[in-house]
Amino acid sequence: MSAGVQLENANPVIFQRSGERLPTASEEDGDVHDPIDDREIFDLIRSINDPEHPLSLEELNVVEQVRVQVNDPESTVSVEFTPTIPHCSMATLIGLSIKVKLLRSLPDRFKIDVHITPGTHASEEAVNKQLGDKERVAAALENSSLLEVVNQCLSSRTI
Amino acid sequence: MRSPRRNRGAMAAESPPPLLLSLVDEFVSGLQDSRSKDAAKGVKEGQFSVLQLVEALGQSLTSTQPHTRARGVQLLSEVLQESYAELTEREVELLLAFYENRLKDHYVITPPVLRGLQALTKSRRLPPGAAVSMLKALFQDVHVQSLMLAERACVYNMLINLMESREDELKGLGADFVFGFVQSMDGERDPRNLLLAFQIARNILLRGYNLGKFTEELFEVTSCYFPIDFSPPPNDPHGITKEELIQALRAVLTGTPKFAEFLLPLIIEKLDSDVQSSKLDALQTLAACVRQYEDKDLVDFLEGLWSSLRREVFQTSSEKIESAALAALTALTSCLSRSVLKSDSEDSLSTFLDLVLKDCKHHLFEPDLKLVWPSAKLLQAACSASYRAGHLITAAVMPPLVEQYNSRTQCSHRRTLLEVEQRFIQSAAASCQSVDQDESLFSAYKDSLCSMVFSALSESNSSLQITAASLLTSLAQQTGLLSDSDIDLAVDHLTRLLLTDEDESVSLAVVECAGALAERHPAAFINKLIPTLKKEMFPDQREASELRSHDAVRQRCLSALAAVSVQASVVQESAPVLLDVLSSAHADPTCFSTDEVVHACLSLQKIAERLRDDEETSRCFHDVVIPRLLSLALQAALQSEGSCGRRSPLVEEAVLSAMVPVISAACSRPQTTFAEQTASRVVSLFLDGDVSFLPDNSLPSRVSLLQQQQQEDENSWRRSQLVCLLMACVCSFPRSVEVPQEERLLSALEELSCSCSHPLSYTSAAKCFAGLLNKKPEGTDLDGWIQRTVKRVSGELDRPSSSCRLQAFSLLIWVAKALLLRYHPSFSALTDKLFSLLHDADLGPMAADGFSLLMSDSTDVLNRGCHADVRIMYRQRFFSENSAKLVQGFNAAPKEKKPNFLKALSNIVNKLPKQVQVSELPALLSLLLEALTCPDEGVQLSTLSCLEPVLVTPPQVLIQQLEALVSRLLALVGSPSMKIRIASIRCVLALSHLPSHEVLPFRARVLRALAPPLDDRKRLVRREAVQARGEWFLLGSPGGR
Repeated sequence: MSAGVQLENANPVIFQRSGERLPTASEEDGDVHDPIDDREIFDLIRSINDPEHPLSLEELNVVEQVRVQVNDPESTVSVEFTPTIPHCSMATLIGLSIKVKLLRSLPDRFKIDVHITPGTHASEEAVNKQLGDKERVAAALENSSLLEVVNQCLSSRTI
Repeated sequence: MRSPRRNRGAMAAESPPPLLLSLVDEFVSGLQDSRSKDAAKGVKEGQFSVLQLVEALGQSLTSTQPHTRARGVQLLSEVLQESYAELTEREVELLLAFYENRLKDHYVITPPVLRGLQALTKSRRLPPGAAVSMLKALFQDVHVQSLMLAERACVYNMLINLMESREDELKGLGADFVFGFVQSMDGERDPRNLLLAFQIARNILLRGYNLGKFTEELFEVTSCYFPIDFSPPPNDPHGITKEELIQALRAVLTGTPKFAEFLLPLIIEKLDSDVQSSKLDALQTLAACVRQYEDKDLVDFLEGLWSSLRREVFQTSSEKIESAALAALTALTSCLSRSVLKSDSEDSLSTFLDLVLKDCKHHLFEPDLKLVWPSAKLLQAACSASYRAGHLITAAVMPPLVEQYNSRTQCSHRRTLLEVEQRFIQSAAASCQSVDQDESLFSAYKDSLCSMVFSALSESNSSLQITAASLLTSLAQQTGLLSDSDIDLAVDHLTRLLLTDEDESVSLAVVECAGALAERHPAAFINKLIPTLKKEMFPDQREASELRSHDAVRQRCLSALAAVSVQASVVQESAPVLLDVLSSAHADPTCFSTDEVVHACLSLQKIAERLRDDEETSRCFHDVVIPRLLSLALQAALQSEGSCGRRSPLVEEAVLSAMVPVISAACSRPQTTFAEQTASRVVSLFLDGDVSFLPDNSLPSRVSLLQQQQQEDENSWRRSQLVCLLMACVCSFPRSVEVPQEERLLSALEELSCSCSHPLSYTSAAKCFAGLLNKKPEGTDLDGWIQRTVKRVSGELDRPSSSCRLQAFSLLIWVAKALLLRYHPSFSALTDKLFSLLHDADLGPMAADGFSLLMSDSTDVLNRGCHADVRIMYRQRFFSENSAKLVQGFNAAPKEKKPNFLKALSNIVNKLPKQVQVSELPALLSLLLEALTCPDEGVQLSTLSCLEPVLVTPPQVLIQQLEALVSRLLALVGSPSMKIRIASIRCVLALSHLPSHEVLPFRARVLRALAPPLDDRKRLVRREAVQARGEWFLLGSPGGR
């Protein structure tokens, strides 16, 4: 990060990371069917990098497991995320990253809904509308500079 | 013998010999370049002198054609390069005068002149003053940077040579020398020459040349390359790396405190850079330069440096840079700490630390915000620099931290505060090591720290308890900090947690902490912890029924007993307790489960492995532990033969296998006196049934352990399996310990291994036999045994009706391993046998698996821990000798036998070191690809597991076969076996890291193929698929890879 850039929120509150999910005996048994559950979806998105900080969305409490709902038989996923500050300009970008991550990681039978936790952002409705609009998400990913930022958020950290 | 020199002197007056004239002619005319070699040889061998050569050159040297003159000088220079060592002082003087004069000549002559001068600088007979005049002429007449690369190198080499031999004279030149050098290197661009130039500059600085008023010029001319940005050309023939240049330049820039006023602003400027590597270089240079500086060099730049360092840590983008910044801060602080305080000047250390504290301290008190950790790291880096810095910082930080802890109520806040304090203690420990301070930095805060720790240990939050345990460990490691009463209290807390806390991670931390404390304070553990644990595990008879403690508590007690037994005095208390577990389990199988008995053995093993080599603990193991283990095992074996009602856990294979490493670890210790005693006792026990050394005298005086009864009685396995304890003992001794009655022992073992029908017994006998053969000295004795074994084994194996084929096979494989490890020549006979078994209908698959046993380290015998004769690289050797046979066998084998060969191959390749895998892969790749399509899941899995590591740095041949590899891997992604799905997806993930232009063509196909596993029924498969698919999405996408 270069010297001149000032962060919107230089000293955010940090939350603890949950540990790796430990494999259970039934998971190691090849014959048992493991349904996709909330924790599994949460594990997909918790390590997404924040666009500004070298921290994960989980550490910034942008995503929480209680705000993830999945219904495997009906093939629906709903994720709420909470921007660190109500005027966070990165909210759309974060939502887009979550959406893209889920699109890449879930079977295509799932309907994926990503939106802001009600009452936590100034332009909540606009952001939700953008994220819910398939066309606009697709168009955003055509934009290579936007895609670049999203990909950086989704890259596993090298440091 | 003729002296060439005298000879030369005699001929000097004569005219040049005709041979020489023709040589010269042919060279100067440009016909024969090799003539210079002949001339040099002539001079060296004394056929003619250098002066004669000059005379012969006369014509060409005075020619009006500059090119002719250049050829003439070139011949002379090339001769000098070969023969400078033979020149007399007079000759050197004359030649020098000539060459210096030629520097003024036409520019085409300059290159050969420089080469000649360079040769002369190497001469040891350089007359006094010559160096100075040469350099003056050089600096005056030559513009170095308009020369070609090689000639510039020539100039630098001249300087280096002269600096080695004529240091005093060069120093006499004063600052002119530095100025001349600065002018010569100004604008140099070639990395090879830069390395030379940096070497000269460093010599100038380190050897105390007078810089005069040219300090800044020298700095400018070198620092303009900072930070180095250089990437060597592909297939770099010169082998110069960026790192080499960085180190060479850093040595110059950090070479003198005189550069401080120029270097520090430069560093501050470069830290603002966006390029990571230049930031890193700047930070490392800063850390290096301040080692030489004094506080007065730094004082003007402290504020700027601090704000840059702070920024790098607060807004860090990479761990490397962060740690470099912290290291630089430590170096800076320790530089300031070195300054001597004067009465009139201010204390720059405390001024600087005030600055640091002002920016960082308040962040420590916001334990849930991001900047806590960066601030703590900065303070700790400064704290670890010196005792004085540590003192200043802890004084400012510790009291408010303690206060914060007491005022906070949230567990996560308290935990962060505890962790911060722990890091402070650790970093301060680093600073105290350098100074011999008796008093710990923390003695003033000891009481409040202790009460913090104890209150945290009493909380119910597990992460708080864990942190408190590690803080307690750090405190205990500070010499003389904790008093005896503190330790007693700590032990009480730890005991309480061990007995009551259910959380596994807490008990792990507690056990670890107890181990660390016991190392320094054994008394408290002997007096308090061990009796309490003992009481917990062996409650009085009356309470036994209702108070039988929970299994988990016992497990923790057993682990804790192992952890605290570091000191000999503790071992003597804890080992008997563990043995009591075994004996009471034997007496009454209901009071301890098999698992608990195994755990007790595991604890004994941990203690035995950690044994210090002192006499007390060795005696304890050889005189108490080993005899008691043997006696208990024997009792169990004999007792249960009659009564079949309650079976003692000590006859279980799991328990015996757990006893093996205990005995093995104790016997492998280097105390040979004890070992010899144990060896003779154990051997006579097993051969002759001599039980006299066992502590329990109720045993029958003659028990037969190795001999098979005539008629197989159904309980004989209980006795015969004890051979694994014999193995643990005799196979682990240092090689200097002789095993008594070895011949008798070997025959008994051979017999047992071939005839017994109980798997544990015959395998252990085979292992024991192999372990002894491995250590047996070379000679006819050994050869005899090998022949005998081969004969017997082949006899059994060749009879398909034999009932002992399995036994014979296991003996074969273990003996083969024993011989492979020591490179014994008879090994090949055994391998051939193994290869032929791959065709065997029954034993074929087992033989294929046997190769994995041959190639892997065995845990109980035949490893370096038990002093086996293990030669280095035996795996490679085996592979290189046998891979061809295997490939041949595969090609020749009928279809249904092919999987055996593939399995054997993948077993071997799997265990090879990575470098060998990569180098051998080309030959085997087609076979491995074949193995991926083999329907046997075992073969698929083991091939995948040997491919995955190779894919990290794939050899070229693999890249050429990518198409075949990708399609086979993607086919396996849909395998019915979960493990294969996982392994193949991992390989697909590894492929994504290959050079993107190679794998990009497969992107769409891979993404499609990885979609179904996203919906796999197994979570573990989905996890791998998500990761692999994510990486493949990033491939070739902006911001990705």
